[in-house]
Amino acid sequence: MDAVKSLRVSVWRGGEDGRYQDFDVPRRESQTVLDVVTHIQRHLDPTLAYRFACRVGMCGSCAMTVNGTPRWTCRTHVDKVAKGETLRIGPLANMPVVRDLVADMREFFDKWARAKGQFTPTRTRDDEFVAVDPASPPRREADAGIECIGCGVCYAACDVVKWNREYLGPAALNRAWTLVNDVRDGGQASRLHAVAGDAGCHSCHTMMSCTELCPKELSPTRSIAGLKRATLGVALSSLEEDK
Amino acid sequence: MTRTRNHPAYWAFLVHRVSGLALALFLPVHFLALATAIEGESRLDEFLRWSEQPMVVAGEWILVTLLAAHLAGGLRVLAIEFLPWRDWQKSLAAGAAFVALAAGLVFALSR
Amino acid sequence: MSAGGEARLWLAQRVTAMFLAVFVAVHLVTIIYAVRGGLAAGDILARTRGSVGIAVFYGGFVVASAIHGGIGLRTIFIEWLRLRPPVAGMAALFAAIGLVALGVRAVFAMVAA
Repeated sequence: MDAVKSLRVSVWRGGEDGRYQDFDVPRRESQTVLDVVTHIQRHLDPTLAYRFACRVGMCGSCAMTVNGTPRWTCRTHVDKVAKGETLRIGPLANMPVVRDLVADMREFFDKWARAKGQFTPTRTRDDEFVAVDPASPPRREADAGIECIGCGVCYAACDVVKWNREYLGPAALNRAWTLVNDVRDGGQASRLHAVAGDAGCHSCHTMMSCTELCPKELSPTRSIAGLKRATLGVALSSLEEDK
Repeated sequence: MTRTRNHPAYWAFLVHRVSGLALALFLPVHFLALATAIEGESRLDEFLRWSEQPMVVAGEWILVTLLAAHLAGGLRVLAIEFLPWRDWQKSLAAGAAFVALAAGLVFALSR
Repeated sequence: MSAGGEARLWLAQRVTAMFLAVFVAVHLVTIIYAVRGGLAAGDILARTRGSVGIAVFYGGFVVASAIHGGIGLRTIFIEWLRLRPPVAGMAALFAAIGLVALGVRAVFAMVAA
């Protein structure tokens, strides 16, 4: 009988000033990192805190830092990422740690709001629908970025987020871009001001880690490049909208 | 190295930033050297003779390559920011690296 | 600085970048050509002394470099040295002024001294 191979897993425990704790987890075929975390919590240490929901690669809840890279753990096969027989798992970077593998995503979503990432309606139920042609250039641009589910992987991967606390980040700016391209939206002027400047699109240095790692294969870099062009008016106008 | 920073666009950013910083630090030295001409031709000649030492020649080659790299990386950024998006812009990073090295080579060979 | 002001810094850096692309390309070609067979002060100065074209070209090169480099340094001060933006802006401004001063002096040395 073959011995079950074992995986040595280092898992972050505690808050900001926590430490890595090692566990030995049996290796299984087609095992995902989420399987590993689940095994630890169910069989080895029930106090381990972590998030997940759909476990089939749709919701983005299980995003964690795996061997230094932010990924969806339910879609990450251990075979693909284990360094030999070791694995290191931690909470998403660039966010405060709640406990163990759980990151505090409040600032991530606050920045979404600060980027005016919400739709501003202009019509009522009594008005005609706006006819938006799906093949029109603005709609195509919006559609290229619309599938974001707010998982935070891009935000965790971005070094500008790390170096600049005010930077709104790739997800918030990507969402703002989809709304900039929404012909029904009535909040464009304030949105363009919100996404300009050092906190906004002008701090993006096209490192493209967001685009490289987005599990939905979106390109926030592309959206942010669009915002740079769209905010030329903000740069050139002499009318200042103060915060 | 993790996947977060181990891809061409990130290297392009890093090279662009480091080369820019190096050039910003080099420029005052360059201006001071040229300004020795104020004290007369022989002073500038003295400096030029000093700069023929191998270490200095190597340093100059590095600077020319950094300048070419910064220019090539800058053209990549301008293309991404001002031209409509094309996915092949990712490979602009590779093209930029090639151009930079080519310029450095031409400089080295012309000595 | 307001968002609009920061956006203007970004724009100034991109615009000076476009000018510098031309300045740098010409300068690189010139240097590679001049470096053949070794540099001598006499040769260089013979070409640059009294040249209005050289003064205008390199004068513009100096100003564009100072603006472009200054804005770049500001970003590095904020992101890597963790200076607060107002402090970073002042430091970058000093750097830019310094570059203009030294650069203009160098152009003067080559053209007029």
